[in-house]
Amino acid sequence: MKYYKTSLLQLIGPLLALLLSFLIGGIFIFFVGRDPILVYERFFSQTLGNAYGMSQVLFKATPLMFTGLCVALSFRAGLFNIGAEGQLIIGTFLTAWVGFTFNSLPALVLIPFCLIAGILGGAFWGAIPGVLKAKFGAHEVINTIMMNFIAAALVSYLVINVYAVPATIHTPQISPASELPRLDFLVDSLRGSPANVSVFLALTASIFCYYFLWKTRWGYELRALGLSRSASEYAGINIGQRTIMTLALSGGIAGLVGSNFVMGYKHYFELGFSEGIGYIGIAVALLAKNHPLGIILTAVFFGILEYGTLTIGTFVPKELSNILQAIVILFVLITSKLINWWIRQLQALTAIGNVHA
Amino acid sequence: MKKIFLSLPFIAILLCCGCGQKKPEQLKTSELKIGLVFDVGGRGDKSFNDAAYRGLERGKRELGVDFEYIEPGPGADREAALRQLASRDDIGLIFGIGFIFTDDITNMAKEFPHKNFACIDYTVDFKKVIPPNLVALVFKEEEGSFLVGALAALITKTDIIGFVGGMQSPLIKKFEAAYVAGAKYVNPKCLVHIGYAGVTGEAFKNPGKGKELALGQYAKGADIIYHASGVTGLGVFEAAREKQKLAIGVDSDQYHEAPGYILTSMTKVVDNAVYDMIKAMNEGTFQGGRVITFGLKSKGIDYVYNENNKNLIPDDVHAKIEDLRSKIIAGEIIVPYQ
Repeated sequence: MKYYKTSLLQLIGPLLALLLSFLIGGIFIFFVGRDPILVYERFFSQTLGNAYGMSQVLFKATPLMFTGLCVALSFRAGLFNIGAEGQLIIGTFLTAWVGFTFNSLPALVLIPFCLIAGILGGAFWGAIPGVLKAKFGAHEVINTIMMNFIAAALVSYLVINVYAVPATIHTPQISPASELPRLDFLVDSLRGSPANVSVFLALTASIFCYYFLWKTRWGYELRALGLSRSASEYAGINIGQRTIMTLALSGGIAGLVGSNFVMGYKHYFELGFSEGIGYIGIAVALLAKNHPLGIILTAVFFGILEYGTLTIGTFVPKELSNILQAIVILFVLITSKLINWWIRQLQALTAIGNVHA
Repeated sequence: MKKIFLSLPFIAILLCCGCGQKKPEQLKTSELKIGLVFDVGGRGDKSFNDAAYRGLERGKRELGVDFEYIEPGPGADREAALRQLASRDDIGLIFGIGFIFTDDITNMAKEFPHKNFACIDYTVDFKKVIPPNLVALVFKEEEGSFLVGALAALITKTDIIGFVGGMQSPLIKKFEAAYVAGAKYVNPKCLVHIGYAGVTGEAFKNPGKGKELALGQYAKGADIIYHASGVTGLGVFEAAREKQKLAIGVDSDQYHEAPGYILTSMTKVVDNAVYDMIKAMNEGTFQGGRVITFGLKSKGIDYVYNENNKNLIPDDVHAKIEDLRSKIIAGEIIVPYQ
């Protein structure tokens, strides 16, 4: 009974937040001289009203799942990893590099090779701030941010000065053997959609993280680290090693973004393709309370916002869509806090009546 | 319980869209519209993208052809935006603004053979065939950059000039190389300071960085700076105003961004190119599968010389630049672009 009540409350919270934020967004839309209802109708019908739109949402959600997991995993260990952006750039570039360099290998070898290169690249980039934190106590927030700049500049140099196809800002095509099939193999109505099977990889990664965090010893130690560093040190956990491991694992997951954009969609690495994905990953993780399975849903939610922004692009300026996105995020975060507080109050009240609660 | 909570935002969204069942769009198809997808910089750069927008406005004003546009994000947005416009019945011609559209617009032209497409700054690959419904609009920015480089080198009093680029990329390197070549051609001892705002698309929309780079170059003795950096260039103008030095605009005539401090602008008639395509579509003479090149010869590339900046450019300098122009057109000067 109580359970039923609380879940109902928790349902109302985000719903209210969404309604309120869309209402405010509607006022904005009205003031730029557009019909809010028409714009919203288009927003939802184009993202969730047909298979093509939904697949575009999945395509947008896939990299956000990877970066969301990356942030969440670190967060569970009490580490603020702002470096998903850099980790994914390094990983993705390496995925593409393997793809176009070893182009004589068969698919069975090359696809895992590309993915592993992505994981290792991201893991390496994550491990550096990890080592700095573990050995010298340098704060990971600053270091991961700085590593983002280094990654962007390094990869940009490599692409433009070494690997770029002349007069473009992308690398050569990866070998056809390393391409991942698109989802239009399954359903014909998805023709033209960039959605590809890497979405299943992202789902697997989410389940893996869930399993890792709650069913393995390492995951347990990682969470213990997040709850209290000193307590876990006292319990005999090797803090430094776990810090490096966590950031490397986070980076490795972010490094899988290449499976979506490079192996599944463009078949080459293009500079600037990932702008902001790493940072939105932070919001994805926070909104999901750093829960790996929740990230699947919040990533889809952000996917809807991202692709929806494009679908209403002819009606409202991009800036307005961005404002709308931000309002939605703020409201959902705020109300979830409020509702949780409210629930705790209610629980405290019922606890007085219910001894076994 | 936690899981249920986490699923709530998603459920909420699903509920919300329940009332938004889709209806086919009911728009008149009597008149075809223009669809346009902007470059990363988007509208408001007072330069490249805004020039394209002026072309659209002129088409609406003079030919009555309505338009719609999209400002996409990075990555997959370009293709999705092009397809969104191409799949509409009321849109007959779709523009992609910027070299980055090359692959996407080629694929879209093949996917929608009954729609017309045009791409500004298309990267022509002679090994590939341009689809019969796509026009590649190519500009020889190097010719104009060469001229403004020569102009700057003739006007400078310190024999030091500067260049501020947006994103470090082959396209902007082309501006830089020709600018330096032009300066050295008329004034071999002229020194050129070079700076780039960054290595990603963000570098085209960062006026703060533009100002910082320009102030640095002015401090090192430069008295004229040419920018090829989109919105970032507005910071260069700000620095010029602050230090009472000169700057050179790009793509559009940027005199009004800092009156009195803009020596000239290297103009690229993106607006005319867009307008011409709209006109061709309107008259039914649109012919794809080809490259249209704009250079000094066709005045598709030019530099500004009018009442506003006449007093900044002495007559003998002007004559010299005009002489260089005719030499480039005649092929006597080969402008480097790398």
